[in-house]
Amino acid sequence: MDVAIVGVGLHPFGRFADRTGIDMGAVAIRRALADAGVAWRDIQFAFAGSYEIDNPDAVVAFLGLTGIPFTNVYNGCATAASVLALAADTIRLGEHELGLAVGMDKHLPGAFSSDPRLYACPPWYGELGHFLTPKFFGMKINKYMHDHGISAKTLARVAAKNYRNGARNPNAFRRKPLSEEEILGSRMLSYPLTQYMFCSPDEGAAAVVVCRADRAHRYTDKPIYLRASVVRTRRLGAFEVHSPWLPIEETAGPTVDASRAAFEKAGVGPEDVEVIQLQDTDAGAEVIHLAENGFCGDGEQEALVAGGELEIGGRLPVNTDGGLIANGEPIGASGLRQVHEVVLQLRGQAGDRQVPGDPKVSYTQLYGAPGVAGVSILSA
Amino acid sequence: MARVPIAEGVFTWPSDEPRLIGSRCAACGIVTFPAQDSCPRCASTGMAEHLLSPRGRLWAWTTQEFPPPAPPYTGPTGKAFVPYGVGYVELANEVKVETRLTTTDGLRIGMAMELVLVPFRTDDDGNEVVTFAFRPVDAGGAG
Repeated sequence: MDVAIVGVGLHPFGRFADRTGIDMGAVAIRRALADAGVAWRDIQFAFAGSYEIDNPDAVVAFLGLTGIPFTNVYNGCATAASVLALAADTIRLGEHELGLAVGMDKHLPGAFSSDPRLYACPPWYGELGHFLTPKFFGMKINKYMHDHGISAKTLARVAAKNYRNGARNPNAFRRKPLSEEEILGSRMLSYPLTQYMFCSPDEGAAAVVVCRADRAHRYTDKPIYLRASVVRTRRLGAFEVHSPWLPIEETAGPTVDASRAAFEKAGVGPEDVEVIQLQDTDAGAEVIHLAENGFCGDGEQEALVAGGELEIGGRLPVNTDGGLIANGEPIGASGLRQVHEVVLQLRGQAGDRQVPGDPKVSYTQLYGAPGVAGVSILSA
Repeated sequence: MARVPIAEGVFTWPSDEPRLIGSRCAACGIVTFPAQDSCPRCASTGMAEHLLSPRGRLWAWTTQEFPPPAPPYTGPTGKAFVPYGVGYVELANEVKVETRLTTTDGLRIGMAMELVLVPFRTDDDGNEVVTFAFRPVDAGGAG
């Protein structure tokens, strides 16, 4: 049973003092339903992702209490990819024809924090200040730059590209272009990463209507097919956040595993992909993920970035809507924001930031704490 | 003012030659830090205490230039905060340990490092809370 996406909706990402996360979820859902031309009562099942909201399915209070199976999901930084994968698998099971995946979140400013014991870490690890994500990303890219010859200028160029793309996206959180000099000159947070190289936790919601592919033309004349939706967690030896220790043995991270499995399921390769969304928690993460997802070899990013190949109009357009750097990261919604963007791109509806040449295949990747990745491959 | 460790069971205390306390799996040989009761590789519950080597090489590093969110962080904040290094030190044939580094300057991947105990904060009873850190060997001395 193949799966199609027949509707997408987004509540802008940013800071909204006048509304709750659930309010934003309801807006995203209404927009996705309108895009698909269906009513809430037509939806047969739903999955909702959130970190901050215990029960995002409470959104039914604003949409209608229809009694459908509605399951809440939290799966770290891959929450939204997990929501989409579960919704797609429910269609693949054949029990339902039309369903909804929604993500919503509303974070406080500043780095994410939690009780280390909830991540199987000892209390002293948090007391010391180790239970923190920015320094992990600093260590990861610092080592990668050492091993593969990537410069700080490349990090600044990647961040500048994402701010520039965000400026073309009316739904983005940060819409002001920043120069490479401003990015390099901003406050050092975790060497070599400066303040403007990082994304920020923020607020927003995104929703997707999924459907049996053989029924998709009832709802749209441009269905987008979900060719693969894969989630993987870390194996022993991967270099992951919140690790008081690592074994001597080293292995690839969950992104590599998810990417390979997704390409195999989709029956396409990296060379077929024309629009790419990668997890850019920081500019270094985008650089690493370009290689981890098979789009280049380690170290080739230096020349690709300098040559403008990751720009809209380049050979490998990455984070065409500004990515996490320009949109921020409401964890529950972030991956569905990526899907929203590539669906617009594959439909040719991305406006000022449309990738030229009528793209047919797109790719989205989420990655983060506690060592979890999600990859989706979509095609027109 | 007494000196107290940040937690029991993290490093040998008191000790003139402190060692980090890890564990080793009797079945598959993997070493963990801190000690844990079951093996993350083979799921055996036969883990025995294993004192780690006090010397190793810097495997990855960064700097912590802002105070971490508190809680869970309990160290100095505001004007009392001093940026510090963070990294993984690879202890040959044992494990890579995440650790504070005693400096933010001159750090290089592969450099030789050694275990030291350093002051972390003063607790409510006026005790000096001590934690482990690694410092570059060539920056050593008798301290």
